This record gives sequence, structure tokens and C-alpha cells, in this order.
Amino acid sequence: MTSPLTLPEAERLAPTETPFRQVWRAFRKDRLAMTGLYVLLVLLVLAVLGKVLTEWWVVFDPAMVRLPDKLRPPMSVPSAALMRDQIPPWGVYPFGTDELGRNVFARMLQGSSVSLSVGFVAVSISLLIGVTLGGIAGFYGPRKWGPFSVDALIMRFTDVVLCFPTFFLILTVVALLPPSIYNIMAVIGLTSWMGTARFVRAEFLSLRERDFVTAAQALGLPEWRIIFRHMVPNALSPVLVSASIDVAYAILTESALSFLGFGVRPPFATWGNILADGRTFIFDAPWLFAIPGTAILLVVLAFNLVGEGLRDAMNPKLRKRAS
Amino acid sequence: MAERDDESPALLAIRELRVEFETDAGSVPAVRGVNFDIRAGETVALVGESGCGKSVTALAVMRLMTGRVTGGSIHFEGQDLARLTEPEMRRVRGAQIGMIFQEPMTSLNPVFKIGRQIAEVLVLHQGLTAAAARTQTLDLLQRVGIPSPEQRAEQYPHELSGGMKQRVMIAIAIACKPKLLIADEPTTALDVTIQAQIMALLRSLKDELNMAVLLITHDLGVVAHFAERVDVMYAGKIVEHGSVRDIFKRPAHPYTRALLGALPAVRDPLAPAQRLEAIPGRVPSPAMLPPGCAFCARCKYAFEPCQPEQPPLLPVAGSHVAACWLHDPARNPSGRGVVGP
Repeated sequence: MTSPLTLPEAERLAPTETPFRQVWRAFRKDRLAMTGLYVLLVLLVLAVLGKVLTEWWVVFDPAMVRLPDKLRPPMSVPSAALMRDQIPPWGVYPFGTDELGRNVFARMLQGSSVSLSVGFVAVSISLLIGVTLGGIAGFYGPRKWGPFSVDALIMRFTDVVLCFPTFFLILTVVALLPPSIYNIMAVIGLTSWMGTARFVRAEFLSLRERDFVTAAQALGLPEWRIIFRHMVPNALSPVLVSASIDVAYAILTESALSFLGFGVRPPFATWGNILADGRTFIFDAPWLFAIPGTAILLVVLAFNLVGEGLRDAMNPKLRKRAS
Repeated sequence: MAERDDESPALLAIRELRVEFETDAGSVPAVRGVNFDIRAGETVALVGESGCGKSVTALAVMRLMTGRVTGGSIHFEGQDLARLTEPEMRRVRGAQIGMIFQEPMTSLNPVFKIGRQIAEVLVLHQGLTAAAARTQTLDLLQRVGIPSPEQRAEQYPHELSGGMKQRVMIAIAIACKPKLLIADEPTTALDVTIQAQIMALLRSLKDELNMAVLLITHDLGVVAHFAERVDVMYAGKIVEHGSVRDIFKRPAHPYTRALLGALPAVRDPLAPAQRLEAIPGRVPSPAMLPPGCAFCARCKYAFEPCQPEQPPLLPVAGSHVAACWLHDPARNPSGRGVVGP
């Protein structure tokens, strides 16, 4: 049926590109960011393997002490004095051993799962708080709650939290709480949401005035749906960018805590406490600090590169120039 | 067009509506006691210059503005919208009153496919399943004249032209078959050929669904072709009300006359060009309105009672009324200016 009211179909419709694919197309062209992404993917695999092979199906035992094999350099072969079940897989110490003869490779594997899970869980917590508070402050801003506006209450609270010297706050809290990995995740998450809250609020202030928000209200959509289904996806690109950089920050914080001995309890290996143990033998066994140090550097660098790549890929102006 | 029975009950009845905005300089009235009715299935145009309060009136009906309704009532199908709770109001919006906006470019959410945006309303108000909503969505796209709806539904707003986006907005607005459609300058952002298509589409949908339409515009050409009755608004008040024929053939308020005088007439294109008449002066700021008629300072017919006293709506002929002292035989016994220039 073609009524005079129907538009003529001028040309064949070009296949639609989802926003995700557009970003991915631009991101793929960014070599540094792609390098970062590959590093992260390898790390993700290692973290999963680390969890499985050191805790569930113990192929690499990070806690096994081999006193005859103290401070062996990387790629060295275990000594003949070891019992059969003490010999590491492949018959070699890829990253050497520490002062108790523990296999550093096994410890690094275990640590990688700790680092990544701390990073992701802490950032998830901080995103949840930041997006919710920022969204509420931005959307309901002028509304009064008592003598103050909602915006003023939330943002001044954010400012107050921002005033705490975060790292020392974390140190204090961790010193008071039992040293468990979950407490560390929670504490890092609870002290790093302020930046997210601030720019989600800023993004919402401008989104709120956009016509599609009024249009959504005119359709009778409930407010929570307008906020979380219509506005949050539009505010997502800066959130993702800062989240990827925040993961790096969280990993660094966890390493620092473990280094200072406030982190995960010692028999359990993390990159931070491997580094801390290694510093005593800095001249005799430089691999003990060089290996975890390099790993931390690589992860933080990779997350930052991916974050910056995302920022460029999500910026339509830069995207046009690049393609 | 058949004359409508003036006695039939109104679908939307606005009485003495007042809307004020809080500013640093105190509260500023944007709408100052507006009255009008829309009956089921009819089209009423609300015309006026920018800033006269016509959009605020429309948003007040939907309860979507930052201003405050300080008086009056908005009766829609027997319930006063101004008194509904927010959840009750949400069930009216989108389901019983649809709205389309001036800017189709920015009224769709840029991150969702248009099909999903149409389906969302259907799921929300009619409780359809995703599959049923999808079928309805394609049907709606077809109805608003978008070819190959299956592909279009999968596209994002930026892949559509302005006219198409407005068609999508219309599809969303009529998705739940509302009894009233508020069209706030639906064609202002579109070019002229697309305007005509969109208005033709609105007219055919209105007949098909038997909707009432509140058309808000400053485009008198659109009004003449589309509306049945017209309310002319000036500085937050309705200054003239009548049928389209009344307003265009026998404009009674000097403001309406001036508006029509500012409109180029379509004549023989080879005839010598005539200068269009501009309305001198500016719309008074709503923060400092004169005590009498707000148009007084710009009016070439102004006489003694205009400055101190606000004219009520005075009958001109039948249901045609105008808020102008010229039409009060007691004050203007000579009948000066009663008949158009």
C-alpha cells in the first residue's frame, strides 16, 4: 500500500551500525590502545588460570616451601635434593624462587587473580555509588529536602569525602578490619566513587534539559526508568573511560596496601606482598621485586592505554578525523 | 467542515489557568487566566508569538514544566489534571494524551533503536509482550508512512532525516491511541515541503483515530489548513477565540489583524510586491505587564479605556469573542474598528 503520505524509498538502506560497533571500529585503529587491550586479555586469561591452577586444581603450589632451593634466579632448574612432589611443573622455576624457595611463578599467578578481582570489584562498587548519587543529584538537583536542595546535600557530601586523604583513610580502616581481600575491595570502592559522582552529575545536568528526556516524561515513563534506562546510557562514555583508569588505580592501591603489610594476609600471594618480600633481597635477588613490579606497571599502563583509547573512540569529533 | 455542536461536552476544559515561574526577581506570570475547551475529535489551534505562553499552557496540561500552576483547573475527561498525583498523571501521559515536540532532531533518545523506543510505550501502557509490541511497532511505522519498517525499526535516530524522525515521534505519540494529541510546533523545525507532508499525515491520523488535536503554532498558514477553532494568545492571555473562518475572515482583535497583516498573501506572483506590515514594538515582559490591555502600547486602535482597564472577552458574533474594548458598545459607541480594516 502506498498512500500519498508514504515516503518514497530513495535509496537502499545502509546496514545499521550499533554505537558499540562504531566505537569498536575507531578503537581498533588505535594501536597503543589495542596493545593495552591485548595485554589485558592475556592477563585475564592468566588470572583465571591462576585462580584455577593455584587453588582448585593445585598444579602450581604458591605456598610450597623448598628450603634447598632458596633464591634461585629465573629459569633455573630445581636441585636434586628435592622430593619428587616438590619439583615444580616443567622442571624449571620460570620466575625463580624466593627466600623460602617458593615458586615465584606460582605466586605471581595467584597474585594476578587477586589484583584483577580487586580492581574490577572495587571499581564496580565505586561505579554503583558514583552513578547512583551523581544521577540523583543531577536529575533531582533543584528539589528541596529539608532546607537544602538534593543537589547541594549530595555534592557537599561528596566534597567532604573527597577531602579525606583517601590512602590514609584506607590504611586506618584496613588496620581496624580483619585483613581480608573482600574488605580491601569494599574499602577501595567506597573511597573512590567521588570523581564518578561528579561527572555523572554534570552529564545529567545537561541531559536533563535535552528534549528526549522531556519526551520520555511526556510518555508517562516512571522517573527511575528515565534515569537508568534513558539517561545513564547517554552518560556512559565518560563513565567507562574513567572506570578503566580507576581499575588501574585500584590495583595500584591494593599493591601498595599489600606492600605495606595491610593487604591480603601473607601466605596468600599478591603482587604487592611479593614485591614487599623481595625488597629485602634487592641486590641478591633482583627478580623478586622486578617481576611483580613490572607486572603492576604493565597492568596499570594497559588500563590507562585502553581508557584513553576508549575516550578517543567515543568522541565523535576525533572519530571522524581518524576514519 | 460540519459545524460542531457547541454544547457537546469538552474533552479538555481549561479554566482560569495561571502559571507562574519563580525567578530571582520574584514570581513571573507566564499564563494569566486562560480558558479554552477542546471537544473530542476536533482540532484547536493555539497561536501567538514566541513567549506568549502557548507552549507553557501545553506543558501545563502535561504537568511537565518547571513553572507552578497557581490557579485554575485542567479538566480532562472529568478529572482535574492539576490535582492528580504523580503516578496517576503518568498513566495519563502517553496513554490518554500524546505529545509531539518542536525538535524531532533531539526528541528521540540517540542511543536506542527507534523500534525499541516505540515498543517501550506499548509495553508500558498497554502491557504488551515484547513480540506483540514489535508487531504493533511495525504497524505504527507503516501507518506514519515510513517505508520498509522492518529495517527502519532497527535504525538509530541519527540515521533518519528530520521529517522521518518527526514521523517516528508521531508514531510514538499515537501508539496508545490517545484521545488528545498535543502538537507543540510540530513543523517549525522542518522545511516547507516536509511540513505539508507531516500536517497531512497528522490530519489523516486524527480522522482515523478520532483524536482531538491541540495544535500549538505561530504558523498561521498551518492553522488555516488544519484547525477548526482558533485561540489567539498574547502575553499569557487568550485575546480572541473563534472558528477558523471567523479568525481569518473577520479578525476582531487588533492583534489578530496585525498578525494576519504580517502574513504574505499568496496572490498572482507577478503582481507588484506589497510591503508586509510589521507589528511595532515588542511583546511586554511578563514581569512588568501594564494594568490594562497588554497589547495597548502596540495597538493602532488604542483609546481611553485600554490603558487602565483589562478588557474581558467580549462577544463579537456567535461563539466568536475578542478581548478588546472596541467590541464593547458602551465604551465604543461609534463602532470604530469593529469591522476589519
